[in-house]
Amino acid sequence: MNIDFEINIYHEDYHNAGSASSEIKKYLTQLGLNPKFIRKIVISSYEAEMNIVIHSLGGKLKLDIIGNHIILTSIDKGPGIRDIKMALTEGFSTASKKVREMGFGAGMGLPNMKKNSDKFEIKSSPKGTIVRLSWVIE
Amino acid sequence: MMKVRRLIEDPAFELVTGRDLDREIKDFYSGDLLSWVMSHAKENNAWCTVLTHVNIVAVSALLNLSCIIICEDAEIELATIEKAKKENVNVVKTSLNTVEVIQKMISYG
Repeated sequence: MNIDFEINIYHEDYHNAGSASSEIKKYLTQLGLNPKFIRKIVISSYEAEMNIVIHSLGGKLKLDIIGNHIILTSIDKGPGIRDIKMALTEGFSTASKKVREMGFGAGMGLPNMKKNSDKFEIKSSPKGTIVRLSWVIE
Repeated sequence: MMKVRRLIEDPAFELVTGRDLDREIKDFYSGDLLSWVMSHAKENNAWCTVLTHVNIVAVSALLNLSCIIICEDAEIELATIEKAKKENVNVVKTSLNTVEVIQKMISYG
């Protein structure tokens, strides 16, 4: 099975934030995958989506299913993560006060993605950040 | 098991929007950090929060929660109500705080 689709996500588009993850959830549910397994992917895609909305200049989420692997890739247009090690620390956040008041910026985004995926890879430069998460289909 | 309908029969709770009132509530969850809620709340939980902006609807829909309970009369944004209608997410409001909500639920038995 080779399937892929991608969804554009825009900076500060809080109104639609979550809809890409909702599409992903619907799609994986249609495939008949285990709900607990879907939950892990959806938590990760939600965090990836919110990171693009809050921190980036815009980007996209891409879902690929290759053989028995699900690969979720988050690609944004920058400005990049200055200190990836810090960004991976639970509770560390660079989110603004305004964003925190909305309930974001818990500093759990990347840690949640790492925790909920089988494989976590991240690359970042001022030109953009790519996070690649993968799972073996349970 | 308790249904959302039972909750709004209590005068302390008011339905803001929701059509699926026969949704069963399986335990309560409380939290105001979205990432935390996202990774800890469980399907069919009723979620007590003072957050009211539109993204709470996405979290509730993604986790398939039974309802959102907006506590302490937090003012709900219109965009949130519209989105909840569209996504068929039940939203209930109350002047009680989270602890008072839970105390009330315990008193139901």
